[in-house]
Amino acid sequence: MPDLKIAIIDYGLGNIFSIMRAVKFLGHNSVCTADPSDIMKADRVILPGVGAFGDGMAQLKGKGLDRVLAEYAQTGKPVLGICLGMQLLFTTSEEFGLNNGLNLVPGHVRRIPSSSPTDAPYKIPHVGWNSINPAGGWRGTVLENNQPGAFFYFVHSYRAIPERDEHVLATTSYGSVKFCSVVHKDNIFGCQFHPELSGPAGLAIYRQFIHGHLGSRHKVLGGA
Amino acid sequence: MHSTRIIARLDIKGPNLVKGVHLEGLRVMGDPKLFAEGYYQDGVDEMIYMDTVASLYGRNSLTEFVNATAKSIFVPLTVGGGVRSLEDISNLLRAGADKVAINTAVIKNPELIREASKRFGAQCVVLSIEAKKMGDFKYECFTDNGRERTGVDVLEWCQRAEGLGAGEILLTSVDFEGTGMGYDIQLTRHVSDAVSIPVIASGGCGQSAHVAQAIVEGKADAVAMASVLHYGKLRDVVSTVVSQDFKEGNLNYLKDVSQGQALGRKNIAPLSISEIKEDLIRRGIPCRI
Repeated sequence: MPDLKIAIIDYGLGNIFSIMRAVKFLGHNSVCTADPSDIMKADRVILPGVGAFGDGMAQLKGKGLDRVLAEYAQTGKPVLGICLGMQLLFTTSEEFGLNNGLNLVPGHVRRIPSSSPTDAPYKIPHVGWNSINPAGGWRGTVLENNQPGAFFYFVHSYRAIPERDEHVLATTSYGSVKFCSVVHKDNIFGCQFHPELSGPAGLAIYRQFIHGHLGSRHKVLGGA
Repeated sequence: MHSTRIIARLDIKGPNLVKGVHLEGLRVMGDPKLFAEGYYQDGVDEMIYMDTVASLYGRNSLTEFVNATAKSIFVPLTVGGGVRSLEDISNLLRAGADKVAINTAVIKNPELIREASKRFGAQCVVLSIEAKKMGDFKYECFTDNGRERTGVDVLEWCQRAEGLGAGEILLTSVDFEGTGMGYDIQLTRHVSDAVSIPVIASGGCGQSAHVAQAIVEGKADAVAMASVLHYGKLRDVVSTVVSQDFKEGNLNYLKDVSQGQALGRKNIAPLSISEIKEDLIRRGIPCRI
């Protein structure tokens, strides 16, 4: 087993314990850290998060982690954003006023539109299990070992809209809305749902993120 | 495709999984770990662990159990019973809970909802309600397993709690709980129509048709059940359960089962998670399988 360093970004938001347990279940320890040198040394970085976008960015900036994450992304090593952590990867969000994000993936975060009188009514937040469908091939991505139509656990009121369709890896439909549920740009991945709360299908994402061949720009782990 | 959540509710007293009627007359069903791990393997969408005696002792004693099961269970876990403070919530989240269900403490101090929601996120704050019907379309909140009146109206409380930042409502009908007579559809619909946060119907499930009814007629966003699943799981694990040595609780039922008494209870059909989901899918209700 190679000496694998998995860093979970600690910026005070999000239930990091279930992510740590999922990583542990797959046989790896992780560190929850805000230390720039720990993060830069990591082979994988997970950006968790629940709560409001503006609070999340303020916390990241306050600890200088926005610059660290930008620098880390440049190394080509894989990054996985979860829920709010996925939304923070984008350029801006309109949650509680317009806020800038990390801008690692071009796009914007907007509220899920309410059901119109002609729709079958649906509630916001979107809470529960929903399925994902391919937008582009899943080979060489975190979804490689998942089936189209697999179900995952979501909790959110906002959704990300990538500027470029090629960055949409999977979509999910809720009410009258179809949104990007998994985003992928080079070494950057993001899931709107919580893989750590999504049973075997979710664990398959972490397994792939940790051990999979995710394109060619980064060091592949699990060999030597 | 959005699917309706099928939630297993485990009421736990000391070391045992228990089940009663109207939240009382608890009989020991077995080791809760055996049931929790079994439900996860069977494809349950979520689980609720309730410490049934926590209110009496003023604390939740499930931390160890949560910690032991969360290592290998990767669906949302809600833990309730005796949650009094931000510190209690923090301890349970650290142990492996994803959400906490709170009843008594927020009735006494509604601001706790706002504080918990701000600190941990609305998604982890579940308002737990034990409702009893007091008149036509009139329901009152109770605490302590349906024993103590609060004078608080269910509908008003749900709307207020939503405003304070509750993320979901676990709506248990004390009148129907454990009876197998079906969910309180009027109550469920009454609340679901009045709030935009998800409502989990709880109490009364005796067969899978009841689950469908809670979703279609009651407009429940998620459905919790206990007896049907526990008796269903006992089919698989009965030999293990009756061979175990229980230290406390009402063991008469397990003794009868070990002597060949049929599983189940009046009005309650033993069912597995997949039997329920297959039936819902046949009825055109999307489920995760």
